[in-house]
Amino acid sequence: MTRLALTRRHFLTGATLASTASLAGCFDPLGDRDSSVRNVLETANSLTYRAQRLLLGSDDLAREYAESEIRQPQRPNGSTNPRDADYRDLASRNFADYRLKISGLVETPLELSLDELRAMPSRTQITRHDCVEGWSCIAKWTGVPLAALLRQARVGPTARFVLFECFDTMENGFTGPVKYYESIDLRDALHPQTILAYGLNGETLPVANGAPLRVRVERQLGYKMAKYIRSIVVIDDLSGHGGGNGGYWEDRGYEWFAGI
Amino acid sequence: MVTLTEAEESGENVPKGGGTLVYRQRLATRLTHWLWAISLFFMLLSGLQIFMARPDLYIGQQSGFGFDNTVLSIGARQVGGEMRGVTSLFGASFDTTGWLGLVPQGDGLARKAFPGWLTIPGYRDLATGRIVHFFFAWLLVATLFVWLLASAFNGHLRELWPSGRDLKRLPRDVADHLRLRFVHDGRYNVLQKLSYAGVLFVALPLMILTGLTMSPGVVAKFPILLDVFGGRQTARTIHFAVMLALLLFFVVHILMVVLAGPINELRSIVTGWYRTSAEKRP
Repeated sequence: MTRLALTRRHFLTGATLASTASLAGCFDPLGDRDSSVRNVLETANSLTYRAQRLLLGSDDLAREYAESEIRQPQRPNGSTNPRDADYRDLASRNFADYRLKISGLVETPLELSLDELRAMPSRTQITRHDCVEGWSCIAKWTGVPLAALLRQARVGPTARFVLFECFDTMENGFTGPVKYYESIDLRDALHPQTILAYGLNGETLPVANGAPLRVRVERQLGYKMAKYIRSIVVIDDLSGHGGGNGGYWEDRGYEWFAGI
Repeated sequence: MVTLTEAEESGENVPKGGGTLVYRQRLATRLTHWLWAISLFFMLLSGLQIFMARPDLYIGQQSGFGFDNTVLSIGARQVGGEMRGVTSLFGASFDTTGWLGLVPQGDGLARKAFPGWLTIPGYRDLATGRIVHFFFAWLLVATLFVWLLASAFNGHLRELWPSGRDLKRLPRDVADHLRLRFVHDGRYNVLQKLSYAGVLFVALPLMILTGLTMSPGVVAKFPILLDVFGGRQTARTIHFAVMLALLLFFVVHILMVVLAGPINELRSIVTGWYRTSAEKRP
């Protein structure tokens, strides 16, 4: 449910096809990720980010719903069954050997098993998942507040972002498999509703929804909420990871800040 | 309103055809008009691009996958062994092949809610659609703010606001419009006032608020928006419905410009100068 179901990989091919006899086709160059006009338009995103950070404060909670609002299973989206060998191996033994690694700009790097995570104080929240595609789905999530883990690892003073590295391969690029990854700023990382969820609607988090761990970032859109989390890295700069834009979809033109 | 009496006396710029040239539209009005025109054009086509990622509308907080709260759905499906574009509205289905759901692309048909000429970009690209939409959203809101401030000070707001006397004239004004009898005295008639005020004080604020209600960040701060509009998905549905209302306004607006004299109307919204007709409003 975090990922986008639509294939946009062939947008350039599509552009050539669709722009013939198209009235609005003259705006198709905006789809070019390096177009200078597009870069100007993109400045509005940072305005949105700054405006939301300025206005919204850090403690506002996303709305939590009543049990009666859970009317359907959480809709899985994006990767729903990673084929990666290491993941399949862990899944085959019910993630008993899984260790969540937390490293980077922390004083105490951590390695935690699922049992250790489950033994920590948990948070359960019934929230609305908003996908960038436009749909919403309400579900109950249970997990460890990320803030608790970051406190335990003791985040260094230069830290700015939290990066989630995932198991699932999205596509095979020239330099090998491209795996899903995401990042959020510390403000969202320390937000009380930001949890590493291992439970969904009272059950163990299923593979389709991101087992063993997926992050909930309730004030942003679904693609920020990485599934199949392998490790967490605390960083001060997004440029050294993946395509340098802070996430798999961000490298493909989506906004890094998905609060709208 | 400035009239050209001095110019008339001196024999310059005397309009032919009996009317008087008046300075009808101030710079702020003209500038904001065109900024809106540009913003709304881009917001419409990029908004349809965004909608195309999930061409369904629902009522409530969430989208019904395990239950049915869909009010509009645009898609394609097999009908009698053949792929057809099907649009469903409140349970009634319509074959919209070639227009919605299954649309021309290249030499064939593609499973896409809208044809390429209705979206920016013309092909499926949600990321770009969102960038374009949010850029012009900021521009639209900024323009609205400038317009409101300028109009409050320069009196434009007063001449736009329908008065009680205006409303009493409403039936007669409707009859005049139906007979295509337009009075060009350089003032807004009541139907104009109502439609402009409707767009500026109802439709655009509704658009902005329902748009913000779809933002998970904004509703964390202002959860009341979710209650006012009856949920995120209802807000999305209202956003779409008001878009259709704005589209209707645009069509009627252009039609009235054409009927009322396109050269004169265009001149007034470009240069500010408007030729009034000799006849007076009864």
